[in-house]
Amino acid sequence: MDGYRVGDPIADTKAPAGPLENRWDERKFAAKLVNPANRRRHRVIVVGTGLAGGSAGATLAEQGYHVVQFCFQDSPRRAHSVAAQGGINAAKNYRNDGDSVYRLFHDTVKGGDFRARESNVYRLAQVSAQIIDQAVAQGVPFAREYGGLLDTRSFGGVQVQRTFYARGQTGQQLLIGAYQALSRQIDAGTVELHARTEMLDLIVADGRARGIVARDLVTGEITTHLADAVVLATGGYGNVFYLSTNAKGSNATAIWRAHKRGAYFANPCFTQIHPTCIPRSGEHQSKLTLMSESLRNDGRIWVPKRSGDTRSSGEIPEDERDYYLERLYPSFGNLVPRDIASRAAKNVCDAGFGVGPGGLGVYLDFADAIARLGRPAVEARYGNLFDMYQRITAEDPYAVPMRIYPAIHYTMGGLWVDYDLQSTIPGLFVIGEANFSDHGANRLGASALMQGLADGYFVLPATVNDYLGSTRLGDVPDADIRQVETEVRERISRLLAVRGTRSADSFHRELGLLMWDHCGMSRTREGLRKALDRVPELRAEFWRDVRVPGGGAEFNQELEKANRVADFLELAELMLLDALAREESCGGHFREEHQTAEGEALRDDENFAFVAAWEYGAEPVLHRENLVFEHVHPTQRSYT
Amino acid sequence: MKLTVRVWRQAGPAAEGRLVAYPVDGISPDMSFLEMLDVLNQRLIEAGDEPVAFDHDCREGICGSCGVVINGQAHGPERTTACQLHLRSFADGDVIDVEPWRAKGFPVVKDLVVDRSALDRIVQAGGYVSAPTGSAPDAHATPVPKPDADLAFDNATCIGCGACVAACPNGSATLFTAAKVTHLSLLPQGAPERASRVLDMVDAMDAEGFGGCTNTGECVASCPKGIPFTSIATLNREYLAATRSGRR
Ligand SMILES: Cc1cc2nc3c(=O)[nH]c(=O)nc-3n(C[C@H](O)[C@H](O)[C@H](O)COP(=O)(O)OP(=O)(O)OC[C@H]3O[C@@H](n4cnc5c(N)ncnc54)[C@H](O)[C@@H]3O)c2cc1C
Ligand code: SF4
Ligand code: FES
Repeated sequence: MDGYRVGDPIADTKAPAGPLENRWDERKFAAKLVNPANRRRHRVIVVGTGLAGGSAGATLAEQGYHVVQFCFQDSPRRAHSVAAQGGINAAKNYRNDGDSVYRLFHDTVKGGDFRARESNVYRLAQVSAQIIDQAVAQGVPFAREYGGLLDTRSFGGVQVQRTFYARGQTGQQLLIGAYQALSRQIDAGTVELHARTEMLDLIVADGRARGIVARDLVTGEITTHLADAVVLATGGYGNVFYLSTNAKGSNATAIWRAHKRGAYFANPCFTQIHPTCIPRSGEHQSKLTLMSESLRNDGRIWVPKRSGDTRSSGEIPEDERDYYLERLYPSFGNLVPRDIASRAAKNVCDAGFGVGPGGLGVYLDFADAIARLGRPAVEARYGNLFDMYQRITAEDPYAVPMRIYPAIHYTMGGLWVDYDLQSTIPGLFVIGEANFSDHGANRLGASALMQGLADGYFVLPATVNDYLGSTRLGDVPDADIRQVETEVRERISRLLAVRGTRSADSFHRELGLLMWDHCGMSRTREGLRKALDRVPELRAEFWRDVRVPGGGAEFNQELEKANRVADFLELAELMLLDALAREESCGGHFREEHQTAEGEALRDDENFAFVAAWEYGAEPVLHRENLVFEHVHPTQRSYT
Repeated sequence: MKLTVRVWRQAGPAAEGRLVAYPVDGISPDMSFLEMLDVLNQRLIEAGDEPVAFDHDCREGICGSCGVVINGQAHGPERTTACQLHLRSFADGDVIDVEPWRAKGFPVVKDLVVDRSALDRIVQAGGYVSAPTGSAPDAHATPVPKPDADLAFDNATCIGCGACVAACPNGSATLFTAAKVTHLSLLPQGAPERASRVLDMVDAMDAEGFGGCTNTGECVASCPKGIPFTSIATLNREYLAATRSGRR
């Protein structure tokens, strides 16, 4: 078959079967406990200090475990979560607008286009309210009303106001909360922090995850760390596309190496495209900047009615503008979910109606909002985003509409985990964006922060307890450690030995463009096949011609990059394969062969209501996890 | 456009450093300052030289990683981060000096990269609210007046970049510490640990080798997040009150 084999189905065996509302309580009750006095003797490695890793490390340490924590930045506070702008969802119903745990659950399953597990999503909705309480207790300064209570707003694809926010810097504020909790434990000696240290491989002994091999990014020293359980909280892999809204350092290395050691990789092709990013301004572009989706609450999106209209926005009269989202989706208008808004923007631009350089942009216009609310109110809501836009583009969004275009934003795929957040390697837990769970095919806004914190503060601590309480662990044989260490060293030497002519970045850019063209916003069988031919060639070229200056035993940023790009070059192939195997459109995965007469995504629940869990091998093996929907019945999504 | 950048090159903490001039052409005013360094690095690599090491990650002005002294000013001529500074702020043909943060508290790692972990240790000393997971009351149990919440937020926006330290003639970390202390002291959640927090954080700051504050205000002028001078007054007030209270 198409470069892969179909293996046995896989299933989540950890979620109890009873009523949805009771499952998490039942699971927690059945979970084994570790005597508080014994916890000190257990070491748990947590790789990553973002919302998922930071909250997990702090909580595990509070419970009494000895936590060994890693991040590649110089400080845990700089993890990529810091960049999240818009907000975090929670079923608090503080607005009395009919929100509930069940409604958040329902919206999330539907928003995930029926490709997520009901049990997981329900738990996420349940825990969401506690996250807000926890963050407030830590001193996270969420936006408040004059009465002193918390303010909320609405986000794309949702008709209640359940999104909590801290101006346009929600991620930063939540991360600082988790970082402070972690800092407290570092001071107490319960968390041993290794900043500027990158995990390069996983140590598996006796079939269980028992440690990692890492590189000290300052000295280049290769170090080994052993533990009783390993938690990966290493974020998403959207940077495979080179241009994305992700921080430059975000990478797939940790999860990819774990995959090669036996952890299944689920739904790798599910990528979320964000509709409101600043369009690229030229060839030099190194990353794309997101403009929070909350802008769509008040901004109106339009393009000129006449294709190729070169007049400036102000010269185009009202009746010559096409507010295409309001026209096509009257009940949601500018607040349609991200995949719909993104594809609609691509369609109008492909049809020649785009604005700005290269015609790759649409207007996001605040003129009406400013007239209705007054400039001060708009400034209070979005001021810092407007400033950011002006800084980057040198245009004043109070005077002229913003120009926006979709960009790669979030990866819903990741390592496969069960209800306990445990991967197919016992003792290896995966949380936050690094796992595949909860979001299905089309993560709605403001739910990644929620998931990262739910996993780290509330879910993982209970399930790690169960694992440690019910597992007897022996010593890790020296030979197993040395084996992994040797492989890591050899790989670094190999990278340094190539001494070719092209920089790691130049390969990364080429790969990114290929992936954007063929595995981005819309995909075809033909394009995917073409890319599947090209990626292995590019990979071979990389190993033949990459140039990594300097040596391994020093601070060497080019070596870091090359090492990560090498993994992207492997992961990309699996993404393409996954996209090819999924003969349907759903959420952010749009296969042009599968669309309705109106050009909307056409799901195939009959044949594709499954999670694709890939096992590593010369020929990857596809294990299907069938999804069952007992509570939210799959219907064709409609936002008209 | 075309620029000449004179970049501080230093192989390691113990090595000697010097400014090396590199011409960079074929660049556009829309590029960020870091993208210009990317271009320079690509050329250095292709020419078989070592690229310039510099810290960066988000490139959105929020992670606080990037930070260099440009023409003698922390983060350069505009009040923003180096990643959000664009070449349109310079004129064609300019000669630009790029150096690392210089302060006793921030030893150089390599080229433009410095070690800012001292700022983390100040936070570890007490820059938090002790709120173990799972014990929090409902978020609406304690209303917070909006002006307090807003001011707490303004201070919480500090990105820990260290520009304030680099800009200060004394290499003082007072503005950073003041931002943290002000943020938490304004909120009811932070009140019980108010005294011990400020005393411990100030002790940690002194122990890290940061200089004292002499109210020159260079920190505020260079802070990309607009942390106000009044926060330092708050820090001093909190410190005094804490000393008097005799609480730890
Ligand atoms: C611009 C932007 C805006 C966003 N806005 C929102 C929003 O408004 N609402 C929302 O819900 N979501 C938003 N998201 C998504 C959300 O921010 C992320 O999905 C989420 O923060 C990921 O958190 P994480 O803890 O899983 O990973 P990250 O925060 O990415 O953390 C990864 C951690 O792992 C470490 N790491 C990675 N690899 C290694 C390795 N090999 N060795 C050692 N350490 C490693 C890193 O150092 C880092 O500490 C946004 C994302 C972006 C890009
Ligand atoms: S106070 Fe300002 S300059 Fe100092 S670390 Fe914080 S953001 Fe940077
Ligand atoms: S790179 Fe994050 S602030 Fe500049």
